[in-house]
Amino acid sequence: MGAVKINTPLNDEVIKTLNIGMEVYLSGIVYTARDAAHKKLLELIDKNEQLPFDIQGSVIYYVGPSPAKPGQPIGAAGPTTSYRMDPFVPAMFEAGMKGMIGKGQRSQQVIDYISKYTGVYFGATGGAAALLAKSVKAAEVIAFPELGAEAIRKLEVQDMPLIVINDCYGKDLYQQGRSKWAIK
Amino acid sequence: MREIKVSQITEIVKDLCIKACTELNPDVQQAIAQALENEPSEAGKAVLRQLLDNADIARSEKIPICQDTGFTVVYLELGQQVNLTDGSLNDAINLGVKQGYTEGYLRKSIVKNPLLAPENTKDNTPAIIHTDIVPGDKLKISVLPKGGGSENMSRIKMMKPADGVEGVKNFVIETVNQAGANPCPPIVVGVGMGGTFDHVAYLAKKTLLRKIGQRNPDPRLAELEVEWLKEVNKLGIGPAGLGGRTTALDLFIEEFPRHIATYPAAVNIQCHADRSKTFIL
Repeated sequence: MGAVKINTPLNDEVIKTLNIGMEVYLSGIVYTARDAAHKKLLELIDKNEQLPFDIQGSVIYYVGPSPAKPGQPIGAAGPTTSYRMDPFVPAMFEAGMKGMIGKGQRSQQVIDYISKYTGVYFGATGGAAALLAKSVKAAEVIAFPELGAEAIRKLEVQDMPLIVINDCYGKDLYQQGRSKWAIK
Repeated sequence: MREIKVSQITEIVKDLCIKACTELNPDVQQAIAQALENEPSEAGKAVLRQLLDNADIARSEKIPICQDTGFTVVYLELGQQVNLTDGSLNDAINLGVKQGYTEGYLRKSIVKNPLLAPENTKDNTPAIIHTDIVPGDKLKISVLPKGGGSENMSRIKMMKPADGVEGVKNFVIETVNQAGANPCPPIVVGVGMGGTFDHVAYLAKKTLLRKIGQRNPDPRLAELEVEWLKEVNKLGIGPAGLGGRTTALDLFIEEFPRHIATYPAAVNIQCHADRSKTFIL
């Protein structure tokens, strides 16, 4: 099965066509955020202040890229482990986020929120950071520059290779893959 | 006495930091290529192909294999007939780390005052430095940049002597099972057994300097390594955790005498990049 091409921002109609195990080429704008940036975003949400980007339908990429070489939009840019962002997910969905890109399993609470808010969790291959950087065409720090690698960046991506790990139907590719291949 | 200027060490450490982060070691490349031939899962194969492509891009464009260029762990074997001159050894190493991470466009991931006022040190220092004094007049320098994702999945356990070898085996397999997709499988598993609370973790991490396929010289431990690796690969986690038979590329065990009352075991998980570089001066 070939990969399906989709664009950001995401909406329910597109997300409902995604099932676990589907390969996706994602294009459009994605925003980067990891531990420290999420903490700051949630402070803004708590205080009802404006967020530094339009979160409606947005896709958040859990990444702290390495520095860009001269002439390059970004350095190596693979996913960080997602479970550390699990506590922030309910508030992010409530604010309008639709998708997440990372690596590694999510909590049951996150999986439930993905269903509840018709969201999606994509996996990018951890450690394939030089390859993934190829799909980033432009990058710009738009908030919290003091966080360095952890600052929020607006990335313009083209055909970023992803796989659907958790779909809006409550399914989990990691669990399915493991039970299929485990030897008892 | 043989004289070595510490400025030489700075140069070497800088070079090793950059190479470790951008050039996949040939033994690891070979192991991933072999896994691609053996892996029955299509999703797993696709991931392994990506990893080989990724290594090619990183090497040719001199960019990091992974954006997490790690905590810099440095192992020294310093010959006792070496006289280090012109400055402090540890300062020279940290200067090498600073230069390597700055000039090599590597990510600086270290924050000082972690409890109360976290602040990035902006040059990836300080390095963790382990120095062994050994006979001879050489200096062996190994740099192992350790990523946070796999480090977070590592565990230490003060077991009971009654737990025995089965207890350690179960602890190792359970640790890999719990880690699942998080530490970027196919992983390398470093197991330490014996010594003290701190030393057992040191043993586990130091095994990660071994080349893939390099067995413990004790044939009994070598046999355990092969057996436990087989068990780990039955878990079904597979490349990137998508399901498959390649959960680990290798498993290394190192032991040290223990106190009669203690049974310390440590599992240090390493990601598929399995980065380290060594130079002998």
